[in-house]
Amino acid sequence: MTATVEERKATNKALIEEVLKAYPEKMAKRRAKHLGSFEEGKPDCGVKSNIKSLPGVMTIRGCAYAGSKGVVWGPIKDMVHISHGPVGCGQYSWAARRNYYIGTTGIDTFVTMQFTSDFQEKDIVFGGDKKLDKIIDEIQELFPLNKGISIQSECPIGLIGDDIEAVSKKKSKELEGHTIVPVRCEGFRGVSQSLGHHLANDAIRDWVFDRTDPNKHSEFVSTPYDVAIIGDYNIGGDAWSSRILLEEMGLRVISQWSGDGTIAEIENTPKAKLNVLHCYRSMNYISRHMEEKYGIPWVEYNFFGPTMIEKSLREIASHFDETIKAKAEEVIAKYKPLMQAVVDKFKPRLEGKTVMLYIGGLRPRHVIGAYEDLGMVVVGTGYEFGHNDDYQRTTHYIKDATLIYDDVTGYEFEHFVDKVKPDLVGSGIKEKYVFQKMGVPFRQMHSWDYSGPYHGYDGFAIFARDMDMAISSPIWGLTKAPWKS
Amino acid sequence: MSQSADKVIDHEMLFREPEYQTMLANKKEFEFNHADDKIKSIVEWTKTEDYKQKNFARDSLAVNPAKACQPLGAVYVANGFAKTLSFVHGSQGCVAYYRSHFSRHFKEPTSCVSSSMTEDAAVFGGLNNMVDGLANAYSLYKPDMIAVSTTCMAEVIGDDVDAFIKTSKQKGSIPEEFDVPFAHTPAFVGSHITGYDNALMGVLRHFWDGKAKTTEPLVRVPDESINFIGGFDGFVVGNMKEIRRIFDLFGVKVNIICDPSGNWNTPTDGEFRMYAGGTTKEEVIAALHAKATIVFQEFCCEKTSKFIAEHGQEVVVLNAPVGVTGTDKFLMEISRLTGKPIPAQLEKERGELVDAMADSQAHLHGKRYALYGDPDQMLGYAGFLLELGAEPSHVLSTNGGKEWEVKMNALFSSSPYGAGCKAYPKRDLWHLRSLLFTEPVDFMIGNTYGKFLERDTKTPLVRMVFPIFDRHHYHRYPTWGYDGAMRVLVMLLDEFFEALDGNTMEIAKTDYSYDIIR
Repeated sequence: MTATVEERKATNKALIEEVLKAYPEKMAKRRAKHLGSFEEGKPDCGVKSNIKSLPGVMTIRGCAYAGSKGVVWGPIKDMVHISHGPVGCGQYSWAARRNYYIGTTGIDTFVTMQFTSDFQEKDIVFGGDKKLDKIIDEIQELFPLNKGISIQSECPIGLIGDDIEAVSKKKSKELEGHTIVPVRCEGFRGVSQSLGHHLANDAIRDWVFDRTDPNKHSEFVSTPYDVAIIGDYNIGGDAWSSRILLEEMGLRVISQWSGDGTIAEIENTPKAKLNVLHCYRSMNYISRHMEEKYGIPWVEYNFFGPTMIEKSLREIASHFDETIKAKAEEVIAKYKPLMQAVVDKFKPRLEGKTVMLYIGGLRPRHVIGAYEDLGMVVVGTGYEFGHNDDYQRTTHYIKDATLIYDDVTGYEFEHFVDKVKPDLVGSGIKEKYVFQKMGVPFRQMHSWDYSGPYHGYDGFAIFARDMDMAISSPIWGLTKAPWKS
Repeated sequence: MSQSADKVIDHEMLFREPEYQTMLANKKEFEFNHADDKIKSIVEWTKTEDYKQKNFARDSLAVNPAKACQPLGAVYVANGFAKTLSFVHGSQGCVAYYRSHFSRHFKEPTSCVSSSMTEDAAVFGGLNNMVDGLANAYSLYKPDMIAVSTTCMAEVIGDDVDAFIKTSKQKGSIPEEFDVPFAHTPAFVGSHITGYDNALMGVLRHFWDGKAKTTEPLVRVPDESINFIGGFDGFVVGNMKEIRRIFDLFGVKVNIICDPSGNWNTPTDGEFRMYAGGTTKEEVIAALHAKATIVFQEFCCEKTSKFIAEHGQEVVVLNAPVGVTGTDKFLMEISRLTGKPIPAQLEKERGELVDAMADSQAHLHGKRYALYGDPDQMLGYAGFLLELGAEPSHVLSTNGGKEWEVKMNALFSSSPYGAGCKAYPKRDLWHLRSLLFTEPVDFMIGNTYGKFLERDTKTPLVRMVFPIFDRHHYHRYPTWGYDGAMRVLVMLLDEFFEALDGNTMEIAKTDYSYDIIR
């Protein structure tokens, strides 16, 4: 990081030109639009996004089903989510996202289970609606405490013309209004997970909000301090280490979307006074809807690292009265010594270390502040499935000349890291071992590498510990045989 | 506040702290869950014979199945050939899943590309995706071969992969002579082992039968070599090493057809190797001329075995033999086919294995096991348990069929310890949950997902089935050969001793049995 900003921009430009040479000409032109250097003062990062991936390039992206079942619906714990279609999708996404919850699995909660219609050839040929009808009966018999059923469409459903909406309506009627939600999240729809988030949000609007009797939970009594946590999937307990701070500042969290969440919490969210939104990408749609339909304002927040947490707590408090504002200050003050101790312990070891990120949702920007709290510098970042509004928001976090790569391919990412030589890469399981082989310390930033939580003050201590152990591990000194040096 | 910089606590301990426990207790107010006694009564009901009957009566819903879909097997196969890029034609999310799934098991990178088909391809077909995809994959990743398989999307819309590859070549995506074997691998037929079979046959057909009618089929000129096909195997890194060692000891030239043990076992030395090891094209071609093929997993290779036999070779099919008798048979087949004697070294290892079994058998004798996994592997493990005097009481295979059940029953009948044991084809882990309550066993052999059954039923789990995500490096050790059986024996014993120690630890109550010598 000794080079000047202009030098870094020139280096980035050369690096991008270099990787583009590997593509067929037509494709290089298309990829060029997704790669760039951030120019300070610009309203976005200067890259195109949310566009179809090129075939054959090893995109890291997933599909709409992953966005709906894997992200939005899957964590709702007291519902049964059917992976509707062949067996694979549900199998590969089974319990893999670490959406923590409290409950008796298989009895009143179902998150870490794989329910599938396991489509066979006859279901493709004759359609799967009758089977779905039967499956719902079987679920009702064997899992009688389920509070609802969602149908997560896999690719074939939309291709063979099944009418899962009709089945859902019919069964819901038969079962006295039992919540049954069809989601058209076939994997071929859209360009990434992102459309799946949107479709899942729409399904909540159409099949939960619009079909739920407003008096369903008549014993629910509102308070002026009711908020809902939106877009926290409780990975490694993130929503819990966030909720505790909101409660400490005097707010009442009436709902978690959707980590450790229940259908009742979803249904009661229109009663909130404020929706606090962590993952903008996956749940801005429903937040906007609740604003329009129920008049609930929403505010984005960032609970990674003390600087951003402090800012966010004040921002959230600004929507409430003086009591809450005062309490927010108390919370900030209470955790200050802990945060100082964490920074004092880890910053000397991490100061000046460079990081390259490539993740989904909100993290390519949201975690930057946490790294900076530790004295680290993010020199490259990119989104798997971000849109332009994500790249706009990113400008508030990144420094001039940060390397930007949208929907990066395996080839590009490997070359960028090889040349930039960051001290740490933060990305996913598919990338982890590639970079570790190269001798580059790595942390999975989707699953927290089986650690966490990383949200909130308690989470920041864990984040700092983990980044330090990744970089400071003695292993990295052993990758070269001594006789080879 | 429980967190501190000195001793950072994470999810394991953090949420047990009083402030979090209070918070979680208070959250219940918003959850509107059923009453505790209602929940408790359902918990108890799921343990009953009545629940089991209802559970076994379901015919449409699958809950926690122990199988994956065809393309996963195809990606496995592509990974087993030298400098070969796996290319899955269809939706891209599938490929993200296969790569993650393998990487979580092997703790290694898994390279694979998709043709990234979306709505327009659903309407117009995926030809353009294939044309561009092959060109991109070829330019970026410089493979010697691209092995194409399909997702269910491409299959439902009926894409003609053979024609698409030919058109791609005409359009200059890849050179005319570039090898692109392919297989149709619909996810709605069979399982990952079917995909293994189809993809492997696709490669053999490509090279042996005239590269999709673009060259003359090869003519077989029999030689003395032997082919070996392992089948889908989560322990492939350890097992392939062991298999090669066995053939080396025999002094037999072996063509291992599909060996992904190189790709899933590369060093951390500063370099990422996208391609490592694997069966070369020359070996695939040479395999046509082999005297015979040993197929280690019958149900993994039904079509491939038939295909090879039709090309004039003797095909010996086994069922993933594990243990003494199974390994004896494997070695005697090599000996019979090649005319070479069983190497003294292997005979010694056999004796060492029997020695170890004799030392330890008393601990496993009469112990009841529940097993689940791929059909051949179940035959192999069940065979070894019977040799130890243990009882494979419930053997379940979600992707096993009628023929497998017949074979299992024959195996049970071959030993007094098989009496009362039962095979469960096409059943899933929710069925097994019922069985573990109504007819309990001492131990379970399965994959990582079995830990949910261990939690619910307190049946200790031995992880010897793919995928294993929550234990590291098991795949590096063999389960095949006498050496592999030794490893399996130790796994079984470790779990037994852990369970026994765990059950005799209570101070002044049960710890009289907490023996230091076992």
